[in-house]
This record gives sequence, C-alpha cells and structure tokens, in this order.
Amino acid sequence: PPTDSHSDWIGPPDKHSNLRPIIFYVPPEESALERRLREARQEAQASNQRFWARHNRAFHQEKEEFIYSRLKAKGLEMRNESGRKTTLSAEEMADFYKDFLSKNLKKHLQYNRDWYKRNFRITFLMGQVALVRALRWLRRRKKNVEQ
Amino acid sequence: SGLFVWRLRNTGIRQIPCQFVHLCHVANDRLITFQYFNFLKRMYVTQYNNDLSQRAKPKSDSIVSPLRELQQLDQEKKVVHKISPISSVHQPWAETSSRNELREMKSAAGTEDSVTPVGAESKEDRQWKEMKLRLDDLPGILARLSKIKLTALVVSTASAGFAMAPVPFELTCFLLASLGTGLASCAANSINQFFEVPFDSNMNRTKNRPLVRGQISPLLAVCFAASCGIPGIALLTLGVNPLTGALGAFNIFLYTCCYTPLKRMSIANTWVGAVVGAIPPVMGWTAATGTLDAGALLLGGILYSWQFPHFNALSWGLREDYSRGGYCMMSVTHPGLCRRVALRHCLALIGLSTVAPVLDITTWTFPVISLPINLYISYLGFRFYRDADRSSSRKLFFCSLWHLPMLLLVMFTCKKPVLEKEDKGDLLGESHERAVEIRLP
Repeated sequence: PPTDSHSDWIGPPDKHSNLRPIIFYVPPEESALERRLREARQEAQASNQRFWARHNRAFHQEKEEFIYSRLKAKGLEMRNESGRKTTLSAEEMADFYKDFLSKNLKKHLQYNRDWYKRNFRITFLMGQVALVRALRWLRRRKKNVEQ
Repeated sequence: SGLFVWRLRNTGIRQIPCQFVHLCHVANDRLITFQYFNFLKRMYVTQYNNDLSQRAKPKSDSIVSPLRELQQLDQEKKVVHKISPISSVHQPWAETSSRNELREMKSAAGTEDSVTPVGAESKEDRQWKEMKLRLDDLPGILARLSKIKLTALVVSTASAGFAMAPVPFELTCFLLASLGTGLASCAANSINQFFEVPFDSNMNRTKNRPLVRGQISPLLAVCFAASCGIPGIALLTLGVNPLTGALGAFNIFLYTCCYTPLKRMSIANTWVGAVVGAIPPVMGWTAATGTLDAGALLLGGILYSWQFPHFNALSWGLREDYSRGGYCMMSVTHPGLCRRVALRHCLALIGLSTVAPVLDITTWTFPVISLPINLYISYLGFRFYRDADRSSSRKLFFCSLWHLPMLLLVMFTCKKPVLEKEDKGDLLGESHERAVEIRLP
C-alpha cells in the first residue's frame, strides 16, 4: 500500500488461514482511544491468523494421513497407473470428517468464545471512536460558524 | 415474445416430471396465479448457486410482488420462468462439486496452495485494496450483507401465509407486513454475517461476503442491521399488529442469538433453523387475521418439515467444509440420522397436506393434487436414505427447490373460498372487475 495513504489496506486471503490481512494506518495524532482500537484489531488479527493457519494445516495433514492409511489397508498405492493421486470416495472420507470435527470441537468452542468477545469489543471501540470523531467535527463546525 | 415463451416452455418441460405439467392444466382452470413465485424461484435458485451451504431460512428482504389475479398467459410465463432456473442450477452445482473434488485432489496431492478461485475474481482478489467506503458501492454491498435474495424468498413465504389466511385481502396490510418482514430479515442476515467473519472466510461459497472482504466495517454492519431491524419491527407492531411484531422480533433473536452460535456447538441448530424458516408464513397469517390459529401453525408446520429434506440433502455435499470449518451438522456427525430425518419429514409433508382440509384451510382437492409431488419428494427422500450418495442428495435438494413453490401454489388454488352468502354476489362482481382491470394493460 502506498505510504501517503490515510486509510487501512486489506490484502488477499492468506494461503494457510484464508483470512485477509489488514495493514493499519497509524494517524500522526492518534488518540489513546484510537490506539486501543487499533491494537485490539491487530491482536485479534494475529490471534485469528494463528488459529486458522494451524487448524487448516492440521486438517490437510490429517487428511493426507487418513487417505494414506486407508489406501494402505486396501493394498492400493498413493498414485494409480495414470500417475494421478488416488482419492477415496466421499463416503470413506466421511469417517475422517466426522472424526476430525469431534476431535476439534472443544478447540472450536474456546475459539468461538474468544472471537465473539473480541468482535464485540472491537465493534464497541469503533462506535466510541466514531462518536468522538463526530463530536469533534461538530465542535469544529461550530467554531467555524462562530468565527 | 410469444414465440420465445413457447420455445422455453417446450425445452423446459422435458426436464420436469409430468406431475408438473398435469398441475399446470389444473391450475390453468383458475384465473389466479402467482407471479411472485416467478421471482421467488429465480432468486432462490441463483441464491443457491452462490450460497450452497447456507442453511438459513432467516428473515431476508426481497423484491415484493404482491399477488395478482392474472391471465392464463401470465400463468404460462410463470411456468416458463420456473422451468428455466432449474436448468441453470445444474451447471453451478456441477461446477461447485467439481471444484470441491478438485480441491480434494489438490489437497491430497499435498499442495499448500489454496484453491485458485475460478474466473476474473482471482486477479482482483490478489490485490491489496484500500479500506475506504465508496458510496456508489454501498447499495451492492448492503444487498449482499442483507442476503437480499434469501430475503426475497422469506418475504414470499410470508406472502403465502398472508394469502392463505381466510380473510378478505387487504393490500395495505399486505404491503406493510411484507416490508416489515423484509426489513427484519435484512437485519437478521446482517448480524449473522457480523458474527461469522472468520468462518465465512474459510468456506468457499461465503468467502466473498462484504465483511470478509473488508468492504464494510463491522460497526457499519451493526448500524445497518439496527436501522433495518428497529423500523421493521416497529412497522410490524404498529402498522400491522403487535403479534406479528413480536413474532418478527422473536425470529430475529432466534436466528442471530440461537441458530448462529448453535451452528458451531450442536446439531440441534438444524431444528432451530427449521423453526426460523417456519415463522415467516405464520407471520403472514397473523398479519392478515391478527390471531395465531391452527391454520397458521399448519402452514408453519409445512415449512418446518420442508426445511429438513432441503437442508439435509444440501449439507450432504458440504461435509468437508463443515468439518474443517467446525460446524456441527448432522451430515458430518450423524449421517444416518441426517437421512432418516429427511425422509421422515418428506412423509410428514403428506400428512400435513391431508390435515389442511380438516382445518378448513383448503378444499379436499388439495391433498389429492399435492399427493403426486409429495410422493415424489418422499421417493427421492427414500432414495437418499437408502443410497446415501451425492447423486441422490442432489436430486432431493433440487426437488425441494421446486416442490415448495408448487405446493404453496396448489395450496392457494385450493384455498377454501371465504364467502358469506349475502356478500357472495358483491365479491364476485368485485373480482370480475379486478380481473378485467388487470387484463387491459
């Protein structure tokens, strides 16, 4: 993003977490409230990125292992004659999906709680910042009118 | 344009089971038709192209076309419009499922790259974008935030509830109820998206939502939701009646605070979601009559039961996404239950259709005429139960898409006429006048 910009920039989805990173703009006269908001957003972004990158990587890895073990049990190779990867049918994969979901349920419950808390906090801070900015703008206008 | 209509009709009919044609002949006898089902179908279907795993029957806003009494020509047009969307649905589904398979293959191959998005989106997606709100983008963004197509569907079901109520039709009440329902639905959908940003990012069909892409801030999404929800509920409570307003508020609460968090906690979310989908027609009924009677509950019951074959079939193909995303759905955790419940509710629809004339909502022709379509969906439900594969789930899902509009249409045409003996003459005169008015453009 260009250096003379005055707003945040959002990028393409991350390879591992599928989340879009944001580069936050730090205004020169940032108030304490605005700084709290920015830091909360940065922290949430980092935490989300960590969680999803790890989670998705684990998913793909475990899926690989599952396919490999199933194929081995059936006596098949990882690649068939045409050289392409052998895949299991959707019904066979269903066992893996069920297993993975139940294994990670507790992790998700914890993450959900954290995410909701963070989301509310950030939105509330945004509201406060917007209110302060609006009041400041109104005050400035009043001053201009009086002058 | 007449020729065009005929061509489409001919190509379309081939793709639909014969009961549909039979029904058209029956329905053509009446001068009444639903043109809004026209929109309903098109929007519903295209919505599903984009939103395939979206469970919801939440409140959403949509284009409201009040029911009218129209000519046979319009009836045919409706048939045509209903048919063409079905063919367009097959393609995107195939696209999505082949994309899913491709993804499976790719991940099986151990590549770390995420699936490259198809089409022109990919290039735009790779760029960094300034997070500044542009006012001319705003309508489109808000439309997507409020899931406007799904809202259209919900308002249509509410309209169906209004139409089935055994009271004379009042246009202002109808419009107010539809608008209020639409606004409430927008609000609910916006809050839902507000809650689900990181999860939506990780699922293929929801990753282009406005909050995910940063086109709008969460604060603005909440403000929009409030500015739709509060006037919407107020409109329903003050402009229609308090009962409808209460139902609307309850449904928003049920969808945003119960269904949305429950999706990630327990499979009970499906039943809660079915209630969410059943409430709009009940609201339509209470808007017309002001009371919550057996007819309203029956209509709600029909929509409640419909949700299960519809959603369970849909979720069958999305098990990988649900598993990775952490969504607790029957199709992943209890596949046997998933199929059993779908079949059970297909059969329930037959039962509910039979109860309708008992409650004096429709004549006895309704269970008779609706039996073929109900049997057909039950048959597909049974196939899904027995085969448990992607093709049977797809068939069931697509059937549910045309089954509901048709069932509601047949229900309306079989509606028990509400005529007092002394008013009968007047009403007939009125309806003739109205019909004549509309015939002349």
